[in-house]
Amino acid sequence: MQVSVSVSVSVSEENAEQEPAAQQVSAFLERRREQIAQRWADAALFRTVFTVSRDEAVEAGRAVAAALAAVAASGRLDDIRASGFEAVRDQLGRMAASRARTGIDPDGVAREVAALREPAAELLRAEFEDPNGPEALECVVALTVLMGTLRLVVMETAVSASEELIARQREQLHEVATPVIKLWESTVAVPLIGTLDSARSQVVMESLLDAIVAERARYAILDITGVPTVDSLVAQHLMKTVAAARLMGAECIVSGIRPAIAQTIVHLGIDLGTVLTRGSLADALAYALSRQGVGIGPVAPAGTAPAADAGVR
Amino acid sequence: MTGAAGIGPAGGHFTVPVLQLGDVLLVTLQGELHDGMAEQLQQDITDRISHTRVTGVVIDISGVEIVDSFLGRVLAEIAAGAGLLAARTVLAGMRPAVAITLVELGLTLPGLRTALDVERAMELLGAASRPGEGSP
Repeated sequence: MQVSVSVSVSVSEENAEQEPAAQQVSAFLERRREQIAQRWADAALFRTVFTVSRDEAVEAGRAVAAALAAVAASGRLDDIRASGFEAVRDQLGRMAASRARTGIDPDGVAREVAALREPAAELLRAEFEDPNGPEALECVVALTVLMGTLRLVVMETAVSASEELIARQREQLHEVATPVIKLWESTVAVPLIGTLDSARSQVVMESLLDAIVAERARYAILDITGVPTVDSLVAQHLMKTVAAARLMGAECIVSGIRPAIAQTIVHLGIDLGTVLTRGSLADALAYALSRQGVGIGPVAPAGTAPAADAGVR
Repeated sequence: MTGAAGIGPAGGHFTVPVLQLGDVLLVTLQGELHDGMAEQLQQDITDRISHTRVTGVVIDISGVEIVDSFLGRVLAEIAAGAGLLAARTVLAGMRPAVAITLVELGLTLPGLRTALDVERAMELLGAASRPGEGSP
């Protein structure tokens, strides 16, 4: 205890008058940890997360109470980066995530965490001979600040967990949304679907160039049928991809330009003059094939002369 | 020819080997190209084109990891010089990462023909020089 007092003095001068209260709260949390944990185990948050065994809920409550005591001892009541929270961050995140999975909104989780304050405050008041005396009030205020910080920590943990999830899913979307298809010998195509932003166009470019090397492609078709809108930025991305494919020795064809998009491109004054375009993927493939000397026509009925010169030159 | 010590203004540097295959010159760039080497190379290529009956130049950059604006300019100058002597230049074997970097830098090397590798480049030059089949 001696040590923690000296630490907290060095941490903050402002909290000088709050300090005894913080220390008292810390001591209280340590002393009454078991009782608090038992009460918390009956609170909505713990009860609904640990449905299987109450012992588990009590155990979690004990850990949280211990962490709070450590934070109070350090005097950093309103600091969500206080080292004491690190120990329980993982657990709180799991609890918040499991609540979120059951369909409760963040608001509800925050309310449930807030509900943990009252049982603890009640126990704290009971510690004093005069529950309404200045000393008791000061301690309750300190505990309230601490519980508010806990609430923030829970929310912050939950938010960062869902941010991670979003980032992972975005990455998966990038991978899924850019398949490079081999249409013919030396001909590859990328059907682009969805909005083309810088990050995605980068992925498209990389996978297309890799495919050009792997398939030894001479023709690369970028099909934008699935791209909802084309603005100057998207056009710029397309032109970059076309230029990069050309540097690799492949000719690039942009296909699937819908009439409305053609109008938009013209109205925006975007010059796609350097880019070879075709109306549909079929037209683009027909162009690539004819450039390679491959012709496709109806198969001659059996018995008649074979369609000469239709094959590879 | 490979690895011969520099003879020109490049001093201690190595010169870039220029091989002749039929009527095509093959230049293989590797690693970094210094100022002196670039100058020497441009001179070598134009000399060889004017003294022989070369109709095409293939520059293989599959061994080059970084193409900056300097190398981009040198390549464009080689192509322009060769073009004046009626030889066509094909850039072959660019790596995907290099292509992306160049495009991001805005260097799309508009005057240069490109091919996936040396074989394709030879094919391109051969097909174009055959009578009756115009270049694309």
